[in-house]
Amino acid sequence: VWLAAYGLFALRENSMVLSAAIFITLIGLIIYLHFVKIDQESLLVIGSLGIQVTSSYASGKESTIFIEMGQVKDVVINEAIHMQKVIYYLCILLQDPEDPQGVSEVVPLFQASLTECSKPRLDCLIEVYKSCQEILEQRKTAPQTN
Amino acid sequence: MVLKVFFPSCCSSADSGILIGRWISEQNSAVILAVVHFPFIPVQVKQYLGEVQRVTKVSVSVLGSWSNSKQEKEESLSEFLEDLGTIFCHEPWIQISKEGDSKFWSCSTLQKHSKNPQEEEIILVYYDQRKVMLSHLHPPLDTAGQGAEDASKLSAIFDTVARSQVLFMTDRYDEGPIKLTHWQSDGVEASIIVELLKQASVPACMLLTFLLSLFSGICRSRVLKFWPLSFLWSKLSTCEQLGHRLQHLQVISSNKKAQNQNQLMRKANIFVSLLIDVALGILLMSWLYRKNRIGHLADTLIPVADHVAEELQDLLQWLMGAPAGLKMNRALDQVLGRFFLYHIHLWISYIHLLSPFIEMILWYVGLSACLGLTVALCILSDIIALLTFHIYCFYVYGARLYCLKIYGLSSLWRLFRGKKWNVLRQRVDSCSYDLDQLFIGTLLFTILLFLLPTTALYYLVFTLLRLLVVIVQGLIHLLVDLIDSLPLYSLILRLCRSYRLAAGVKFKVLEQQDGKPLRLLMQINPLSYGGVVQMYRLPTYSCYPRDSWASLCKKLFLGELIYPWKHKGDKQN
Repeated sequence: VWLAAYGLFALRENSMVLSAAIFITLIGLIIYLHFVKIDQESLLVIGSLGIQVTSSYASGKESTIFIEMGQVKDVVINEAIHMQKVIYYLCILLQDPEDPQGVSEVVPLFQASLTECSKPRLDCLIEVYKSCQEILEQRKTAPQTN
Repeated sequence: MVLKVFFPSCCSSADSGILIGRWISEQNSAVILAVVHFPFIPVQVKQYLGEVQRVTKVSVSVLGSWSNSKQEKEESLSEFLEDLGTIFCHEPWIQISKEGDSKFWSCSTLQKHSKNPQEEEIILVYYDQRKVMLSHLHPPLDTAGQGAEDASKLSAIFDTVARSQVLFMTDRYDEGPIKLTHWQSDGVEASIIVELLKQASVPACMLLTFLLSLFSGICRSRVLKFWPLSFLWSKLSTCEQLGHRLQHLQVISSNKKAQNQNQLMRKANIFVSLLIDVALGILLMSWLYRKNRIGHLADTLIPVADHVAEELQDLLQWLMGAPAGLKMNRALDQVLGRFFLYHIHLWISYIHLLSPFIEMILWYVGLSACLGLTVALCILSDIIALLTFHIYCFYVYGARLYCLKIYGLSSLWRLFRGKKWNVLRQRVDSCSYDLDQLFIGTLLFTILLFLLPTTALYYLVFTLLRLLVVIVQGLIHLLVDLIDSLPLYSLILRLCRSYRLAAGVKFKVLEQQDGKPLRLLMQINPLSYGGVVQMYRLPTYSCYPRDSWASLCKKLFLGELIYPWKHKGDKQN
């Protein structure tokens, strides 16, 4: 953007072009920070209520999704082939209302860090997976109320 | 199993009493709606609850006891509260007690009839009662069709609070046997303006309905249905837009109250959209009429039309010469060129004939912009269509000629190869022709083939012009559609009172202490703007492209007439 703007300025001798370029860069940066760059993602699992996924963006905006326990079938680690490597990601399987055995939707978690870090994150994912499974197990073995 | 207690945050500072609310046994959760204070007579409480249950169809009952002691724990009070458990028998009896100003409360449950007395874990969820009562939970769009039995747990909670509005009518400052604390205890809210508007709206609606029925009666009268007029009405987009707005007005002014949330929002959206439309239209009108801009517009209209016609004449002269270096067939060129030039000449004379009246017509037409900005835009689009009518005519002539030529060529080409199109079987069959048939056919074929570039060029030029006009008209219509279908009221609601449109909830974990129950704060997660627009879009007679790119190109190549924008009500051809 800057090269083009400077070239245009040299051609037209109009200083508006440079200020317009500054403006566009600022706007673009703000949009990027607010909508694209994810700072932090967190997962909150409450055994009897549900699972909540929060992503907080660099500008402070937070977006939350809450999935009730009744809709959650399971939490698994899935692997996928992306370009030249195999990546692992954690995802929540949602129950299909009509078919008790089927899965209606797959919700992937922690999207932002999928293509970023180079060191293996499988160990982090395994930790999260173990804790999730502990809580989900309690749900299955709890005595049914009449 | 874990017991979940939904506690309204407004009752945190209430005096001691008993808790009333709804117990949802399938989810093992208790939704607390209010606190009844001492002194009370149990029989009266039960009576009151029975009445509430009858009116709201929500099974409200006494769930437990609440003790808020400013000093240390009073032993007698706690025993008294336990005894209450025997009077109002409820399984399980929840006891919540708060000491002083501490944030951490102790909850315990008493299970008298359970066989295995295990220590139940309790989760305390705070919720803002007023917001939950006013908000409307939107199910995710893909499950909107499913039945209500497997409705989510959250919707049960929202439902409970929303339907118990009658419970919130009396509170502890009223005289009466029951003294309650709930969200309205901090002060009953009401607004004079809203009440006045509600009172005034009924006669206004009746007046509007009467006027509208009169108007639509006139519109539907037989006079306006004769053939030339009805054809005209269907072609002018202004009339369609006016009809559309009329429909909207009818929806608003109907006497029936809105049944559910969707209808209410729709009515409100239509009302706000109409209001903004008319306001913008009046603004536009005032801008136009100030400094006599209409006069200027009318003055420049004729020169602009003249200029367009002159440009067209230049274009035709260029085509009649050797355009872009291509060599045209001189005779055909001259014929077509003169034909189109004569048309333009006719058009110019008509425009000059009309020119003294233009200003007057424009002045009166501009007045109708006060009906709304959309109407003004539709009028603009119609004026453009009328002014470029000659381009449309040329396009039709050029297209028909070209189409004829292409069909002729293709059928003669088949003859050239000895085949024929079998109409019965809808396929190409071989056929033996006589010698003179073949001779004439070949001759015609060569004639048509060598005349093809000329016709093709004319067709190309006029099609491009026509496409330009169509694109401009399409853009205007798109803008009109946008204004029509944008749910402004919902968007403003989402901006200002975002808790009314809820897509879900979010939980925040508050500080914890060992031995005390887990505390969570439940807040409403509002619907995203995109979701709001998708949910509450007003239906319009939207126009969108009729054909895909491939079929459009095919039609252009074959010379069929294209009408690229399809309106929703049109029948498929």
